[in-house]
Amino acid sequence: MVSHAPVHLSVEDLTIAYDGKTAISGINLEIRKNEIFGIIGPAGSGKTSFLRILNRMDANVNNMSWTGSVSYNGTDLRTWRNLYALRRKVGVVFPLPVGLPMSIYENVAFSPRIRGIKNKAEIDDIVERCLTRAALWDEVKDRLDALGSLLSGGQQQRLTIARALSQEPDLLLLDEFSIAVDPVTTMRIEDVLKELKSELTIVLVTNLVQQCRRLADRTAFFLSGECVEVGDTEDFFTGTVKDQRTRDYVEGRFG
Amino acid sequence: MSMFAATALNRKNATKQAWISRAFGAMTISLVIPVVLVMGTLIHRGAPSLSWAFLTEDPTGGMTAGGIFPALFGTVCIVIVALLASVPVGVAAAIYLSEYAPDNVFTRIINLAIINLAGVPSIVHALFGVGAFVLFMDFGTSILAASLTLAVMTLPVVIVSTRESLVAVPQAYRDACLSMGATKWQTIWRVVLPNAISGILTGIILEVSRTAGETAPIMFTGAAFFLPFLPQSVYDQTMAMSLHLFVVATQVPNVPESLPYGVALILVGMVLVMNSVSIGFRVYLRGKRKW
Ligand SMILES: Nc1ncnc2c1ncn2[C@@H]1O[C@H](COP(=O)(O)OP(=O)(O)OP(=O)(O)O)[C@@H](O)[C@H]1O
Ligand SMILES: [Mg+2]
Repeated sequence: MVSHAPVHLSVEDLTIAYDGKTAISGINLEIRKNEIFGIIGPAGSGKTSFLRILNRMDANVNNMSWTGSVSYNGTDLRTWRNLYALRRKVGVVFPLPVGLPMSIYENVAFSPRIRGIKNKAEIDDIVERCLTRAALWDEVKDRLDALGSLLSGGQQQRLTIARALSQEPDLLLLDEFSIAVDPVTTMRIEDVLKELKSELTIVLVTNLVQQCRRLADRTAFFLSGECVEVGDTEDFFTGTVKDQRTRDYVEGRFG
Repeated sequence: MSMFAATALNRKNATKQAWISRAFGAMTISLVIPVVLVMGTLIHRGAPSLSWAFLTEDPTGGMTAGGIFPALFGTVCIVIVALLASVPVGVAAAIYLSEYAPDNVFTRIINLAIINLAGVPSIVHALFGVGAFVLFMDFGTSILAASLTLAVMTLPVVIVSTRESLVAVPQAYRDACLSMGATKWQTIWRVVLPNAISGILTGIILEVSRTAGETAPIMFTGAAFFLPFLPQSVYDQTMAMSLHLFVVATQVPNVPESLPYGVALILVGMVLVMNSVSIGFRVYLRGKRKW
């Protein structure tokens, strides 16, 4: 199993605050290479805040501060001087698809372009490859010049996944990606994620406990800014988790 | 019983709605009336003096006859130089204020200053222009001094409209862009500005109209009553439409009645043409990007 895979992210005593008000307190966990790491927890438990630290978007949120340490492939994120280089290695998919206001093609070509790739053939190649891997190519190959926001919600979300893949990331952060996506498309994206696992590490924040069960190798349960439990996903659903609160949440018995 | 009461109330409400709608409609129409009257008068009285020669020839007979070419040419020059000065500065300032400036006391003071600058009467700008550009910077009375005075005067319009349209670009675009590893400047240049261009152009349209029409700020800084030759550089004086209109309407004896109306008509027409070009450009951009 993945349990002996090397550590990709190691989080120690991470505390996050907005305007000095704690949103996450003292989280410790490890995320391993090539696993899907699920994070579940009710609204406001700090899942999105946690993801923000992993690609250092906190630097762009001026009321956000954090202590503790997060190491990425063994390098402390705080000592990472070039945040842009870090973010290019980390793809992010937001809850509501944020298609940049440009064509389908340009959405996927954006990241290669800002990396400095100018060769048209090379960019064409990246666009086709990423759209194919995001299971969108067949639906859009005839209208790559159409505006991205003309696609359906589910298609747009696959477009943002293609865009994230165009970064050639080694870490993919998904924040409740299926919130605006129909069940059929959700399943297609889930299949894509299972395939992607062989190439990169995925952190999957989700509101759907069953989705977490289907996809995640290991899971963390967040509650009011605390990480209540981390373990193999199966343990969450076979009743072998230690904490009563985790069991209640997974079984849907939560106030 | 209660049913009847409700119906009566409904009917009363419906009547009230109708009256409210009529009242607002009347106010809207009363806004249109002056515009129609002004345009109607201008066209009716000014049309007789219009001809190709009117646009392309110099004034003759002590400005009581002939064309208005030097004034037309001068106004175009003044507007272009003013835009060249104010648009880059205004847009850059707006980008700084909306994208980079920290939200602190200093920024708020700057914002307040910009709003106040917009409220300064144009005659004060004129005197400032004389002091700053004509005398201190020693440009003399020239197109350059007149244009810079107008640029300072219209700067707040450009800054405010640009800033507003930048602020209107959804934060989610910026976040998505930054999280892909784009730098702040790449985000602004490739995502924020293209989305704000329409609003920025609106500000520039307003600026063009004001720049072409203002008289006081250029009267003391660069516009001349009458010049027998065209300006050769930005350091020369020039005639201008707004001042020429003032002159032929009030300062010169024995002017045929249709002449000032003709000048006014061309001035208004000129502003409309410039606006249409900007609007056309805006529509073109919008069509291209399909917002
Ligand atoms: N930009 C911000 N400024 C101030 N407080 C914030 C900000 N973002 C989040 N918070 C606060 O931090 C806490 C955690 O929020 P976070 O968005 O991380 O929760 P979440 O688990 O992602 O919730 P959801 O499932 O609803 O997305 C909340 O109490 C929230 O109000
Ligand atoms: Mg969230």
